Amino acid sequence: MSAETILKISDLDISFRTNAGVVHAIRGVDMDLQKGETVAVVGESGSGKSVTMKAVMGLLDSNAVVNSGEILYRRPGDEDAQMIDLLKIGKKQLRQDINGQHIAMVFQDPMTSLDPTMPIGRQIMEGILLHKNVSQSEARRRALELLELVGINDAEKRFKNYPHQLSGGMRQRVVIAIALSADPDILICDEPTTALDVTIQAKILELIKSIQEKMKLSVIYITHDLGVVAKVADYVNVMYAGRIVEVGNVNEIFYEPCHPYTWGLLSAMPDINTDDDRLYSIPGSPPNLLHEPVGDAFADRNPFAMAIDKKAAPPMFKISETHFAATWLLHPDAPKVELPEELRHRIERARKEAEQYL
Amino acid sequence: MNEPLLQVTDLKQYFPISRSYTVKAVNGVSFCIYPGETYGLVGESGSGKTTIGRSIIRLYTPTSGSVRFQGKEIGGRLDASTREMLRADMQMIFQDPMASLNPRKKVEDIIAEGLDIHHRAAGRQERSELVGELLKKVGLSPEHAERYPHQFSGGQRQRVGIARALIMNPKLIIADECISALDVSIQAQVVNLMKDIQEESGCAYLFIAHDLSMVKYISDRIGVLHLGYMVEAGTKEEIFSNPIHPYTRSLLSAIPYPNPEAEKRRVSLSYDYASSGIDYAKGTEHLVEGSHTVLATDDEFKAWAG
Repeated sequence: MSAETILKISDLDISFRTNAGVVHAIRGVDMDLQKGETVAVVGESGSGKSVTMKAVMGLLDSNAVVNSGEILYRRPGDEDAQMIDLLKIGKKQLRQDINGQHIAMVFQDPMTSLDPTMPIGRQIMEGILLHKNVSQSEARRRALELLELVGINDAEKRFKNYPHQLSGGMRQRVVIAIALSADPDILICDEPTTALDVTIQAKILELIKSIQEKMKLSVIYITHDLGVVAKVADYVNVMYAGRIVEVGNVNEIFYEPCHPYTWGLLSAMPDINTDDDRLYSIPGSPPNLLHEPVGDAFADRNPFAMAIDKKAAPPMFKISETHFAATWLLHPDAPKVELPEELRHRIERARKEAEQYL
Repeated sequence: MNEPLLQVTDLKQYFPISRSYTVKAVNGVSFCIYPGETYGLVGESGSGKTTIGRSIIRLYTPTSGSVRFQGKEIGGRLDASTREMLRADMQMIFQDPMASLNPRKKVEDIIAEGLDIHHRAAGRQERSELVGELLKKVGLSPEHAERYPHQFSGGQRQRVGIARALIMNPKLIIADECISALDVSIQAQVVNLMKDIQEESGCAYLFIAHDLSMVKYISDRIGVLHLGYMVEAGTKEEIFSNPIHPYTRSLLSAIPYPNPEAEKRRVSLSYDYASSGIDYAKGTEHLVEGSHTVLATDDEFKAWAG
């Protein structure tokens, strides 16, 4: 493990007790986050991407049971220090020492994550006053700086506005300012732009990117939109049914995908440049994790499934130093399966287009 | 070209909030839909796209303007026969399938509600046969008729919503953000289903969405809305290969593509109405070529198109 790893999730396994039975939502997740890089977690709803990040923040619902695993965090610049297991330390200490100061989160819907009864300026100052030992006026000065940093013009005037007086994009900018208020090292963005329009989405993503460079942040994106991933991420984790099925750097995932589920996700996106009659769709729907899947959870929807997929879950096969995928197709004894033709053409086109930008 | 199925002319929809303040949600929008085609309406939230859909199907009463559907005026007061025709031949699919299906009714009763109201089924037997057939058509099985909406997944629920719209054999279906609430892999299934149904039954769609790539995929012609004005309209080829209006351009440039090398270097165009100096109210419709029109003043048109 390199000294620059600031967050390491290993073998995380979480289930939820519900009226209908035990839902095994996270079934062994491993993930690394290096300092200054951006990791995206992609998957459908119910794949466990949000639950994983909630575990990091200590925000799991009370009916959640952590069966095994650890989430190790290391303060940057402090290489000799022991890594802290966020699942072991108490909730109180997590709130006091980690949340906000070191790991901050931006949620999906800015309207529900802001307090409607408090001016936005005060909401930003709240975190500063709580975590930093500063005076009111100093906190106010920093809050104004943050508002300018997130691209809100005439910050002085906006300071006294209430959330309902702002547009959706502005609200999300305020939420980002609050998340940044105590200088965190890690920013977790849970579908930060899903509730926003495309034009505003692009602006918010560019904003997070520029702030990340300025403040040397590490960012984790949770999203289902592969277009967003392509724009922001360095590394990508594709999740399916509580497991990571493919991990690699962004070029490997988009130009050399190896897992049939990733193929499906990429093909299912409508492509602006072609006029295909039909959109490729992954057949069926995600498994219900109330019933523990036997073998590969994706087998039922996988046109390339083999007999072994129904019996045993595939391990992670190594493709390159950074690229791994959990599919039996990569086993040396497996028949050679080519990328679906349509997807291969699409990737070739994407590569050609990318060359124009080099 | 043949008669349009739906002709909307200078539609205005205002909502008076108080004596001194009126929200002008739709400001003189005109377009038409031909039988069997798909017309896509795109725009950001607050652009009035949903309002237009709801005004056409008469969930609102239009403030002014004319809406002609199958040769009959439906924008004003409706007589009994026009209402009957409108309610049967135009149907709607809503955004959130959980919120638009009655949780206390079985799927069979939800789908057959139109049949019951218009007395189209001869008896229980025919009613359940019709529902069963339709469930098969949308990719569910007839046994699902006995279930309640909460027993379905999101994609399946939207299929029920589509089946409900189809039971009256409508000529026009208004699909208001009908796939936005679904997962990527499920979106593709539902869109394919909608295309298949169109091929089979020849119905027209008014497809309302904010996701341009999906709109391009499903639509024949597209109208781009902003702040209640139709800023640009044309066939999808015209809009995508030659966008004229700066708002359309910024919208197109904001679509993220699954192509990391290109995406990381591209910066999207920005467009801010307040600081752009454009006044939509002053603009008139300018023809670019073919059916491609753009809302602009003469000077603006010269600057953008030249």
